[in-house]
Amino acid sequence: MAERLQATLAPDGIDKLIRALTGRGYQVLGPTVRDGAIVYDKIEGADDLPRGWTDDQGPGRYRLKERPDGAFFGYGNGPQTWKKYLHPPELRLFAADRQDGLFHILDSTSPPGPPMAFVGVRACELAAVGIQDRALLEGKFRDSGYGSRRDRAFIVAVQCTQAAATCFCASMRTGPEGTNPEVRAKADLTLTEVVNADSHWFLAEAGSKRGREVLAGLDGQPATEEAIQLARSAVESAAAQQVRHMETGGIHDLLYQNFEHPRWDEIAARCLSCGNCTMVCPTCFCTNVEDVSDVTGNHAERWRRWDSCFTMSFSYIHGGSVRTSAKARFRQWMTHKLASWSDQFGTTGCVGCGRCIAWCPVGIDLTEEAQALRGVVNDGNTNS
Amino acid sequence: MEIQTLERILAEHPFFEGLETYCTNLLVGCASNVRFEAGKRILREGEEANAFYVIRQGRVAIEIAYPQQKPIVVDTVTEGEILGWSWLLPPYTWRFNARAETSTLAIALDGKCLRTKCEENHDLGYELLKRFSLIMNRRLDATRMQLLDVYATR
Amino acid sequence: MPRVEPDAMVPEPWAVQRVVKETPDTFTLALKPTNGGQGGFQPGQFSMLWVFGVGELPISISGDPADSGSLTYTVRSVGPATQALVSRAEGQSLGVRGPFGTGWPVDVAEGKDVIVVAGGIGLAPLRPVIYHVLRNRDRYGRLVVLYGARSPRDMLYRKELALWARQKDTQVLSTVDYGGVSWRGRVGVVTSLFKYVRLQSARTTAMVCGPEIMMRMVARELAARGVSPNDLYLSIERNMKCGVGFCGHCQWGPHFICKDGPVFPYARIAPLLDRYEL
Repeated sequence: MAERLQATLAPDGIDKLIRALTGRGYQVLGPTVRDGAIVYDKIEGADDLPRGWTDDQGPGRYRLKERPDGAFFGYGNGPQTWKKYLHPPELRLFAADRQDGLFHILDSTSPPGPPMAFVGVRACELAAVGIQDRALLEGKFRDSGYGSRRDRAFIVAVQCTQAAATCFCASMRTGPEGTNPEVRAKADLTLTEVVNADSHWFLAEAGSKRGREVLAGLDGQPATEEAIQLARSAVESAAAQQVRHMETGGIHDLLYQNFEHPRWDEIAARCLSCGNCTMVCPTCFCTNVEDVSDVTGNHAERWRRWDSCFTMSFSYIHGGSVRTSAKARFRQWMTHKLASWSDQFGTTGCVGCGRCIAWCPVGIDLTEEAQALRGVVNDGNTNS
Repeated sequence: MEIQTLERILAEHPFFEGLETYCTNLLVGCASNVRFEAGKRILREGEEANAFYVIRQGRVAIEIAYPQQKPIVVDTVTEGEILGWSWLLPPYTWRFNARAETSTLAIALDGKCLRTKCEENHDLGYELLKRFSLIMNRRLDATRMQLLDVYATR
Repeated sequence: MPRVEPDAMVPEPWAVQRVVKETPDTFTLALKPTNGGQGGFQPGQFSMLWVFGVGELPISISGDPADSGSLTYTVRSVGPATQALVSRAEGQSLGVRGPFGTGWPVDVAEGKDVIVVAGGIGLAPLRPVIYHVLRNRDRYGRLVVLYGARSPRDMLYRKELALWARQKDTQVLSTVDYGGVSWRGRVGVVTSLFKYVRLQSARTTAMVCGPEIMMRMVARELAARGVSPNDLYLSIERNMKCGVGFCGHCQWGPHFICKDGPVFPYARIAPLLDRYEL
């Protein structure tokens, strides 16, 4: 059977895809509806997907709504990101036993588990994975656990054909087409869902050898020029729908030069330092290390857990924290995301997914705050 | 012979740099060489402040009397530095003790005499006040730093 | 090529060889490897020291860089983790990761005068520089050590300070903020020691370590005396959890103190020092 680069699939091809991946030994992870949100979890077949669901998002607001067309991927994004799997919230670094004042490290390598397949990775998420690759694999030190999870992961990307009100990936150039290839993780397969009154099908494009192998086994039809064009326009309309924009010109200097801007005080009056933004952000990677020992005190473990720069203890050194005020902590987060990140890793830290806007309990909007720092105050209609 | 030496020392001292010659001459007229043995008290708290010293050699400890224990040294003044400015400002009494830590050579300037001359000649007074203010400013900065106790654990 | 460190987060057990009490709250620990580890480091680097089941701390290496058979640390007990560290007895093991971070510019300083200005525990990360310069005396010009401590009983390495003062072309001056009742030395802030030093600023490399306020004052003083901000180095401290640039805690502006620092040229960081709550 010839390997195909581009094919069209009928809706049942999605279920076949999931089962094919499972058959190849992957733990398939994808979007599913739970607790009023679309979250990522193990999926066994297309029935687990949020078919016929969409989301209504705004500052501090997220609601699921039904959609009549039965689209599988007709939603924007949810509170979880793929860092849940690639950069796990909890990870044991090592264990050690102690005897007579001497300790020895126990074999710290736990069996890696099955490789993961991610189904439903959006352009912003591909960019985020690429950005985290830079931070965790290409610096002075390398997070080899992340590296191995990453290498083994099979990525099925899904192109967005609509935008949530909180999305601004187009202005960040991370999506929907992802015009910045430098920070885009490679997808093994990319799906574009086209659904309208008379048809429902997927354009499937392979991006790697293993992607081609999987695609070849899915009974697809070779993609016609017309199909490819329809798929492309669907993605273009997603870009056109975006109502939020981040003005990125000079944003690095804007943040560095406005350390004492009065806007920070204004934000601080609203920000609860809850850290939701850091939890839902697909690029945030800060972690903490904790020691635990058993009751005897002779067995100890070190665990790595997600942390947030919004906590008081994040910047604590003997004598006190460096960033005690909410103002300092919000400023740190926004400046890091939009400015210092590029000094550190050569890319932006923000992919324009808008999760921080939706999941902020008080609806702080990064795009609006950036405008405010430029001295441009919103006149109140387009960006809400 | 001695006056010539003093004149040269004062003229070359950075503290007096930029002073008009007639001012330096006035100062020389009030100056004399002094020596303190190690341990000797130079200034006593509460006494009338009638002099200031340009330290030429040695180290002077500025200390505060402390009940029930020996005095506490809060600062040390050494070669090239100026000791004492209470002669310049009312009530013209010393607020600290000063004791020579080591054998100390200094030029003593008669404060009472200088006060009179400053009242007669405000230009001289202004020039001296400018210079002493600078010293006080630096001492204040340093004292504040010491007050912060930066090496302490919090 | 990025360095592959699969076990950068897993410590090596080293054994405490000797514990020396320097001051009422500061101890020097000398460690020996137990698993065939090596002790090499650059002056200014730090290790992450792990106390079994308690916690891990970044501690500057304070020993002789020429001694590859051991690692020495001077630790001030300021809380439960440091207290656990200084309570280690001889023979007990500590976890060591590292060495990490950028070091003092001992190579770039060759052929120049070296001035080392230390405040409090800041003398510990600078001691390897002094050892290095004295061991390679003919490669450097004058060595000046200025040391400010809180009080006489908080002074570190007093015997060594006296020994260093006797070395050729070496000037060692110390002062305390608080003299107490029997101190016969200098009293005053460490910047007050500059008047004793004839600086040839064009051929001087300055290395400064201590509380941040002290380093700011000293840097300003040195710059005012003509030392170029590119020849003036500070060691910055921030919260560290991993030491290898992943946990994010040690960020200061764009810099990760653990890998872009802790040693920085003043030219690079001067504006950051004035930013409150950065």
